[in-house]
Amino acid sequence: MSADGSVIPPQVPLTPALEASALTRAFGARRAVHDVSLALQAGQCLALFGPNGAGKTTLLRMLAGLLKPTGGSARIHGRDLRAEGGNSARSLVGLISHQSMLYSALSARENVEFAAKLHGLPDPHGAAERSLASMRVLDRADAPVRSLSRGLQQRVSIARATVHQPRVVLLDEPYTGLDEAGAVALTSQLQSLRASGAALVLVTHNVAEGLAIATHAAMMIAGRIARLDARDTLDADAYHREYREVVVHA
Amino acid sequence: MPSTLATALLIARKDLAIEFRTRTAFFSAIVFALLGIVIFFFAWDSTAVAAIDLAPGVLWVIFTFSGLLGLQRSFGVETADRAMDALLVAPIPREAIYLGKALANFAFVAGIQLVTIPAVAIFYNLPMGDAIPVLAAIATLAAIGLVAVGTLFSAMAVNTRLAELLLPMLSLPFFVPIVMGASGSTARLMAGRPIAEALPWLRILGAYDVVFIVACALLFPFTLDE
Repeated sequence: MSADGSVIPPQVPLTPALEASALTRAFGARRAVHDVSLALQAGQCLALFGPNGAGKTTLLRMLAGLLKPTGGSARIHGRDLRAEGGNSARSLVGLISHQSMLYSALSARENVEFAAKLHGLPDPHGAAERSLASMRVLDRADAPVRSLSRGLQQRVSIARATVHQPRVVLLDEPYTGLDEAGAVALTSQLQSLRASGAALVLVTHNVAEGLAIATHAAMMIAGRIARLDARDTLDADAYHREYREVVVHA
Repeated sequence: MPSTLATALLIARKDLAIEFRTRTAFFSAIVFALLGIVIFFFAWDSTAVAAIDLAPGVLWVIFTFSGLLGLQRSFGVETADRAMDALLVAPIPREAIYLGKALANFAFVAGIQLVTIPAVAIFYNLPMGDAIPVLAAIATLAAIGLVAVGTLFSAMAVNTRLAELLLPMLSLPFFVPIVMGASGSTARLMAGRPIAEALPWLRILGAYDVVFIVACALLFPFTLDE
């Protein structure tokens, strides 16, 4: 069954939304990410846990095409991120981080519209309005980003990253700085992205938040995926306890 | 997807909008340029050196140093909240980022020239009159060369801890031909010599611009690879 419940004919090969093959990244002699392979289908969400320095952000940056792997490859819907500049693959990616990636002197609307124009959307103004509305920040759309609280900036940042309806969304600690309303808006936005067929990779330290939306959970230790489970096979409390042990001993 | 030129214009407009809102770099550069002109003026012994011999050098040296202030900021606005990451994840050619930044920087240094050239002319009582169109051509060629090289080095330096120091150290040696060409042609122009005498310098400036625009646009994507 596919994510939306339709039956995929067996003779049609299913191209993963996101595929990493033996992805490796070394900084000098140190391997930050070592031989990571994973595949996510449309509508799936991988929550990636791990202690600081485990290589989660490095992996995410390679999957976004921001960092060149020293080995292996990454594909978005079958399109290589490094081939021919990777524009075709990157047009399907949305990146959200704990840093806002916004221009503080511009308004929220200008920031989101700028992103929509970079993606060549036919109606950047309308797309920006819809995206800001989905994150419940439309009423502050004309305020300069620097005048917004950290939580509101993060919501604008999410609106910016999802304005082009990406098919793969990469999230690096997106809940950082969000208040309860912001966290609810983000979870609801992520669920609607998943429902629309987007694949998500969510890097977080918060096991409860990660497991709330994930279809799969992975634990990364010292640059490797140490364990990968389907969410429905996991007991959240036991997983949380194990993760805490890993963090303490890392 | 938007074309390379359309994307470049979009990025340039965004950079200029940010500068227009904050006005920090432009006003800093203007104040720096005017202070430089004043300091050179008071250090000048008019009985030993004629204004016509000194002013072209002062003009283009001041222009070069004040232009560096704008170049410094060019990629600085992208690093504050890692906005550069959002730019790099967008499906746009890397060359468009370079071109957009260079266009915005060109507008910035052209604005500096609009203030510094009349200021130097007033302080040193230079005969401008008929020279204005040729001087405008010299200024345009010098500005293109400065931003072509400076934009590349600004991208290279911005992620280093010594960005403020590294940018001038990398750029200034490459700016020498610009200062030589611009001041050489301006000196001949101000001395009332035939334009033909300034042409070799203008050709050098033109050749420099073509070579460095092409070379820097090709090299720029490599500065972005981590």
